[in-house]
Amino acid sequence: MTQQKRKFGFETRMLHAGHIPDPVTGARAVPIYQTTSYVFEDTDKAAQLFELKQYGNIYTRINNPTNAVFEERIAALENGTGALATASGMAAQFAAFMTLLEPGDEIVSSRHLYGGTMTQFTHTFKKLGVSAHFVEPDDLGAWERAITPKTRALYGETIGNPKGSILDIEAIAAIAHAHKIPLIVDSTFATPYLCRPLDWGADIVVHSATKFIGGHGSSIAGVIVDAGRFDFSTFPTIADPDPAYHDLRFYETFGHYGFLMKARTVTVRDTGAALSPFNAFLLIQGLETLSVRMDRHVENAQRIAEFLRDHPRVAWVAYAGLPDSPYHALAQKYTPKGPGAVFTFGIKADNPRLAGKQFIESLHLFSHLANVGDVRSLVIHPGSTTHQQLSDAELTAAGIEAGMIRLSIGLETTEDLLWDLDQALQAT
Amino acid sequence: MGLGSSLASDVTMNTILSEADQRKYLDSGAIRRVLHTTKTIAIVGLSPKPERPSYFVGTYLKSEGYRIIPVNPRADEILGEKSYPDLLSIPEPVDMVDVFRNPDECVEIAKQAVQIGAKTLWLQLRVVNLEAASIAEAGGLTVIMDRCVKIEHGRYSGSLHWVGMNTEIITARRGGRYF
Repeated sequence: MTQQKRKFGFETRMLHAGHIPDPVTGARAVPIYQTTSYVFEDTDKAAQLFELKQYGNIYTRINNPTNAVFEERIAALENGTGALATASGMAAQFAAFMTLLEPGDEIVSSRHLYGGTMTQFTHTFKKLGVSAHFVEPDDLGAWERAITPKTRALYGETIGNPKGSILDIEAIAAIAHAHKIPLIVDSTFATPYLCRPLDWGADIVVHSATKFIGGHGSSIAGVIVDAGRFDFSTFPTIADPDPAYHDLRFYETFGHYGFLMKARTVTVRDTGAALSPFNAFLLIQGLETLSVRMDRHVENAQRIAEFLRDHPRVAWVAYAGLPDSPYHALAQKYTPKGPGAVFTFGIKADNPRLAGKQFIESLHLFSHLANVGDVRSLVIHPGSTTHQQLSDAELTAAGIEAGMIRLSIGLETTEDLLWDLDQALQAT
Repeated sequence: MGLGSSLASDVTMNTILSEADQRKYLDSGAIRRVLHTTKTIAIVGLSPKPERPSYFVGTYLKSEGYRIIPVNPRADEILGEKSYPDLLSIPEPVDMVDVFRNPDECVEIAKQAVQIGAKTLWLQLRVVNLEAASIAEAGGLTVIMDRCVKIEHGRYSGSLHWVGMNTEIITARRGGRYF
């Protein structure tokens, strides 16, 4: 009677999770449902959809069948209970926090962050009455000391941008849970292939899917994944009656789906940063080759990091895949297949800012632009671009020096990338 | 209509049951068969308050075509259906007994479920009582526990997927509805 059941592997889920060929057409590729809205079955069903008594499609700002494939697939890859796609990675983390926080609340975050995230937490959150406290992620005591009775969540990046630090997820999750608050992890640089933070105790994962998930530099997108394990029963924004839904209590009613249902049907419904179905399709195309691409990304990154470490014109390389990195041990624990393909280095020069500029202008294959996680190799000078809003003190605190160069290693012929870096270094 | 395509994927998330009990009480084949064959569901602990989870589930099951019978001694009528004080007072056959009560009340409910000849005892999410399960099994009932009947219906009918949840269903066969 009971048939043999199987837990399918990562690559199988990468290709099949969330998409069952539809019974009418049998279309094998995921169809693009480029529609704003959905015809209701009847007035009763319509009313039940609006009251959340039925799961179903209402309006693409809230859900969409193509987006749902992307969402379920990411959830399946992260070992999460579900996911919510957003218009960008910034929108994903914003929606996660706007679902959890109220004015007067605080968060504690690692300092090793994407500059845009630091700006969002520092300035935009301040306008909403939320204050962010930043800590050195390696100092576990600092996390503990920064937590107050108003702290509602801890936050960090699996692989910190841009210095490539590795977050000790298991230890920080334990601190969060001792205070009955969730740990939210931005796992953009790792992707679910290299690290699954939920398996290490994180409660919520956010991604900029723009990067390695999409993989081809074509679409801006984000996603929130929930483990479905955090006890929100005493967490006011998820547990208390919601006046926006006739005093519905999301945690009591939806249990392990409560956070995501609230994020979807209140936060994103009301703030509007929904993902375009066409972009969802492109992200799904990216996901289908994620493991193959990431294996090659980290293989190239490791070879290039080693080449730069040994290069006479290079002062330092910060890649956790190198044995002398202070994060090497954490990288072996959390990202055993390789600590991503984004890392930084410094050029040996009397004037590092000028040398950095000369280096970037001498490259032929690395594209100079503000993105990471493309199939093509990318380069940027954070001090004058992604992190330029930060003061010198904030820059130093985020571990960035004036001459730092950030690389995102792509899938080109490795020898060609080595050649390009070498000739550009010679030109400095 | 039969159960539809067979499914090989394991569905194991969101439970507090031991692995052995998961195999016994969360079997996806059993859940799909129950959803397919059940016509009448007695909902023990169905609340008359529209914001309560049991009311959500009752509304959903009624709208999906099941006959629902409220069991709540403090209500006369819920969702347009006459409410009964206990299972023994229901004057018609019941296929499934769906329980929204504390685990310590489940033994008595299981005994009554056996007595009225119900075919399935379904204990909602986090309602776990192994003694109640044994009583129902000895009486010939199928037992499902630590699962929400609305979520499971949504999982195997396809609608849970539309809100981005991980159904854990993996298949390359044409389909969409699995009961």
